[in-house]
Amino acid sequence: MPKLRKVPAPPLPSALREPPPRPGEGNGKAGALEGAKHGGISVVDWVDERTSLTGATRWILFRKVPKGTNWFYTLGSATLFAFLSQAVTGVFLAMFYRPDASGGAYESIRHVTNEVFLGQFVRGMHKWGSSVMVILVFVHMARTFFFGAYKYPRELNWVIGVVLLILTLVMSFTGYLLPFDQRAYWATIVGVNINGTGPLIGPYLSDFLRGGGEFGATTLSRFYAIHMLLVPGLIVALIGAHLYLVTKLGTAAPPWMKAEKRSELRESEV
Amino acid sequence: MADKRAKQKSRYTLDRHIPGAFEGETVTRRRFMTGAANGAGAIAAAAFTLPALGFAIGPIFKSSEHHWETVGRVGDFTDTNYVPVVMTLTPGIGEAGKTTTYVRRFNPEIDTDPYDSGTPFIAISSRCAHLGCPVRWVDAAERFICPCHGGVYDLLGRRVGGPPVRPLDRFYTRVIREEVQIGARFSVNSELRRFSPRDPAEPLDGIGQYLYPSRPSTRK
Repeated sequence: MPKLRKVPAPPLPSALREPPPRPGEGNGKAGALEGAKHGGISVVDWVDERTSLTGATRWILFRKVPKGTNWFYTLGSATLFAFLSQAVTGVFLAMFYRPDASGGAYESIRHVTNEVFLGQFVRGMHKWGSSVMVILVFVHMARTFFFGAYKYPRELNWVIGVVLLILTLVMSFTGYLLPFDQRAYWATIVGVNINGTGPLIGPYLSDFLRGGGEFGATTLSRFYAIHMLLVPGLIVALIGAHLYLVTKLGTAAPPWMKAEKRSELRESEV
Repeated sequence: MADKRAKQKSRYTLDRHIPGAFEGETVTRRRFMTGAANGAGAIAAAAFTLPALGFAIGPIFKSSEHHWETVGRVGDFTDTNYVPVVMTLTPGIGEAGKTTTYVRRFNPEIDTDPYDSGTPFIAISSRCAHLGCPVRWVDAAERFICPCHGGVYDLLGRRVGGPPVRPLDRFYTRVIREEVQIGARFSVNSELRRFSPRDPAEPLDGIGQYLYPSRPSTRK
């Protein structure tokens, strides 16, 4: 990691800038506002002295971006926020959900949708947000592909992204069963049987997903555990790795940007 | 120089002049400590990973229990048409564990395949052999028709159209004290030869029976 340069001062006009206090001004007594400001600064200093977090924050936030960076470069952040929305709404939905195949699951979803304050809204955010996330993942992937941003040295980040795509689809598949209505049940039957068409290991994969040879009492709780514990943990870890590599390697310039010639090679300046 | 290097490569710590070395000792204490710490970590990790993994994949190797379920009296069924009966595949989960099965009395004029001889009743599973949707018996057409992807089967459950890869599954039947009972599921290939049950979408003709082997979880 190169040595960090000092963060430039924010571009405030000089008229708005606060003049430094003159010596002797204020009579050494600090006002309440100034006291609070200094208190905040000392808290930040205390934490920073023990963690060096400002260095990491600067490394993440104050990095150079190539010329030509445009709105397409926000698709990754959009996907991240779609995931955060799913995580937050999912946690609150989990407070009401009951993975009970003998009717409790459907009843708990009906309760959330029809009776809980804002329940229909939060469930709607989770339900429609899942489609939004899948679409954003694919658009983000298309941007990376068409801009050639998967090339050296960013291949590993592409691979992590593909794993994240698969995990997102696993989330969609496992989440689809949880309302446990007719559509959820039969879609899962069909989906598990499609898994089973893989030769040799397919049937065993089906057994693993169902927790047995037939759709049973544990199938729903299995899907629920995969949906809210196993895969989200993997996704969070891989998003961390994804963002670390983005920060470390930087973003790629769009393909239509020409590399600038070094100044000594520019003919006009010779 | 070469002598010195050769001397350092001696397998005895004593020869390498390591402080505190014992005679005959070949592993340095640093090396031993590294191995011991890594080994202890691996044992600790395996101690919770292996049971958890076995717990998660255990159902794959667990054989299912089958029971005989009474679905009606002998007089409830004819030998020319199917009667739908509802039976429990998975107990304990209410409606989600039930399935419809189509039952007909054995008819020597229709059921001419040698494999069927001796069965008192023909019980055909409503689970489509394409991807597992529920088929229904359409009396007028004398066909089983699947609503999902258009699989069509004839009176004996053999595929006559659509994507299914094999005939409809069947169940063993028996009659006890004038009551018709349905038992374990079995799958059939296009010649109605019997196999232990397979999941939908798994062909049983030709190489299919080897690519999709029978598993402990479905074996009877």
